[in-house]
Parts: sequence; structure tokens; C-alpha cells
Amino acid sequence: MVQPLSYLRETPSQTAGPYVHIGLTPNRLGIPGIYPVDLGLSPIAEGAKGERITLTGRVIDGQGMILRDAVIETWQADAAGIYPNNDPRGAADPAVNGWARIAADFDSGIWRLDTIKPGRVPAPDGRLMAPHIAVWLVARGINLGLQTRIYFADEAANAECPILARIEPADRIATLLAKRTAPGAYSFDFRLQGPEETVFFDV
Amino acid sequence: MNAKTDQHGPLFPRDRDWHPAAYMPGYKTSMTRAPQRPLVAMGTTLSEETGPAFGHSMIGAMDNNLVLNFTGQPAIGERIIMHGRVLDENGRGVPNVLVEMWQANAGGRYRHKKDGYLAPLDPNFGGCGRTLTAPDGSYEFLTIRPGAYPWPNHVNSWRPMHIHWSVFGSGFGQRLITQNYFEGDPLIPLCPIVNTIGQQAAIDVLVAPLDMNRAMPMNCLAYKFDIVLRGRRQSFFENRKEGL
Repeated sequence: MVQPLSYLRETPSQTAGPYVHIGLTPNRLGIPGIYPVDLGLSPIAEGAKGERITLTGRVIDGQGMILRDAVIETWQADAAGIYPNNDPRGAADPAVNGWARIAADFDSGIWRLDTIKPGRVPAPDGRLMAPHIAVWLVARGINLGLQTRIYFADEAANAECPILARIEPADRIATLLAKRTAPGAYSFDFRLQGPEETVFFDV
Repeated sequence: MNAKTDQHGPLFPRDRDWHPAAYMPGYKTSMTRAPQRPLVAMGTTLSEETGPAFGHSMIGAMDNNLVLNFTGQPAIGERIIMHGRVLDENGRGVPNVLVEMWQANAGGRYRHKKDGYLAPLDPNFGGCGRTLTAPDGSYEFLTIRPGAYPWPNHVNSWRPMHIHWSVFGSGFGQRLITQNYFEGDPLIPLCPIVNTIGQQAAIDVLVAPLDMNRAMPMNCLAYKFDIVLRGRRQSFFENRKEGL
């Protein structure tokens, strides 16, 4: 016999289900009066430093159907690459809180994020990652929240990002690149299955 | 404004054999929504080790009271306290993190346009609550016990009584959504969503026991549900470059 390890185990996930908006965005769903506002409406406040950008896109399943019940949460650094909470390196831009909760449109399935482009953040070995927005995606039929990242197709630093370099085959990197459609505007679709399936991380 | 968290270090890897698999044909919706390619494995970075902060100013006094938080008039049903602690895998309470929950009413009906179950809405039950954990990681809600309800998976699929939980840690990589079930419910082993989990021991930790020590005489029963988030590795030998 040996001493027991005394760790607890993470609580197992269960799907967010079809009624996730009751819990996470009740005002958006049409249940007003419980909370004054839904949380996570914007990751930035007036005066946030950095390049203003808008990201829009869809979440598409293996049959090509656009999900209208997906909830996406995003977490990002400020323009200097500092995270707004729990970052051991110091304080971020006070006008950036970094987190957004986005319900895809109930009719079109389109999601939209208005934010600033984040700066580069170092990986644990000190190499700088390319600018990216961390994503957590849940919906009915997703048993454990999906973790991925949005990078920017027009960003030169992608070529030296140690995380993107892990992706094999390398042509799958394209699934993580938001495409610039106009000045300050990017599009990004999450594809849950199929030949262009988005890269999801075990992280 | 926000109660900042201050927890550093890499997160323990997730045990994906403990969690439900993505593709589970018994739960039909998962078949078209489960990624098919291998996940790309990586250790956590600051992007996962940091996460949003939530402050008490965001939380209203009635937000954790689902009996009264919709109209101020009491909801119908079996009054229960749901309580527990948010812990990490190191066994430490996680303070100042947001816990959100949502559920059906006592008859098993959600306040949602897509819920067509014939059980009636309760005009005094909205169905959501939220709170911040206390310094020891504890939380508490007053609610009504949700009813079981049918859903279109198999011809006669029923969900056991359950509450949905959304929990934040100090790092975005700890983000978790789950559901608790209730001790003694015979529908638990029949449920295709419960059975997305492969190990009975992992199902068992989602089943909240009746807690008579927290029940209030002539007022309400109580159930306990602890929620465990990924832990962090902490070592003096952690190999970090200066400034990280």
C-alpha cells in the first residue's frame, strides 16, 4: 500500500442544454426583471486603448446547419498584452475587462463581438504568442465546453506563435484565423465537424 | 469594482476520460456537434491561467433566491436550499467566483419559448439565480425542487430532476458547466445525458445528497452540491522566465 493522493477530481461536465440562455442571458432571452442587465455585454469600456475591431461569424454543425442556440464566451488581453485579472505581471488597461458573453442571434445564428485587438502575450517559455482571443463555446449537444482561439489572418506574428506551431497538419491553422473583411472588421466561423473543422484544444 | 482573484500557476490537465465524451450517439444532438478531429493538446498559458473577475456590485440581494426573485411572490413547489462549496482539485475553497444556475419549475417546465411541455408555467418562477462564493468557497441558493420532464431524444426520454450550473474559477481554462441531480431519483440511470458520462463514480459526484443539517424546520429541505474546478500546479521549481 502507499499513501493516498488527496486530490479531488474536477466535477464532470454536462451539456449546457437548450435552455442555457435562461441562466446566462435571461434579458436577451426575454426574461426581464431578475437581473438589471446580462453579464458580459462588452469586454471593453469607453477609452480602451488599442485598435477597435468587430468580429462576426457563425457556429456550424456537421450537417451544415447554423446553430442558433450557441453561447460563446471570450477572454482576451488588453492592447499591451496584459490580462485584466489574475495576471502576475501587473495591471491592465482599466478600460478593458477582457471578458464577453455572446449569445448567437436566435434567428440568424450570427454572433458579434466589438472589442479591441489584444496585444501579444508570452507563452510559459517566454516566447510571444500571436494576438489571440480565447474562446469557450457551449450549446445543446456539446458535452464539455469547447476551447479554441481566434487569431487574425493579417497578423505577421502568427508565423512565430508557439501555439499555432503545434497544430498538425499546418493547414488546419487556417481554421483559427479571422479573415479581415473591411478595416477593423473580421469574420470567423466555428465549424464543429467536417473538412474545415475548427481546431479545438485540450488545454 | 471587482473582487480580483490572485491565483497563479499552470492548471492540472483535464481528465477527459472522466468527463463525458463529445460524441455519444445515445444523446443524439451530440452526433452533429461533437468535433471529430483530435483535440490539439497543450499546456496552459496565461490565456487559460487568467480569467475574468466579478464583483459584489454586480449581484443583487435577491439573485440567489429563486423562490422570490421573479415577481416577489413565492414560487410554487418544494422549497429547498441548494448549498455547497466551489473547490479546486487541491481541495481549497475558491473564493469570489461567479456561480450561476438555471432550472425548470416544480412541474418540470422551463420559461422558454422552445419548451412545449404541457406542464404549466408558474407565474412567480423565473428560473435563474447567481451568487459569488464566500471566502471559503461556499455558496447557497433558495429555490424550489425542479420537476422531471420529457424531451425528444428517444420516444420516451425523461430528464431526471436537475439544476444547471455555470461556474468560473480564477482562470478561463477552469470554466465549467454541469448539472446536479437529486439523491433517490429513479430517472438518473435512465437519462441519456447522464449516461454521456462513462464512469459511475463520475455520475455519483453529480448527485446531491439530502442534507438534513441544513434543512430549516417548517421552512425548507436542503441538498448539498460541491463543485470541483481544475487545480493549479504550484512548485518552487516552476520553470518560468523572469517577469512571468
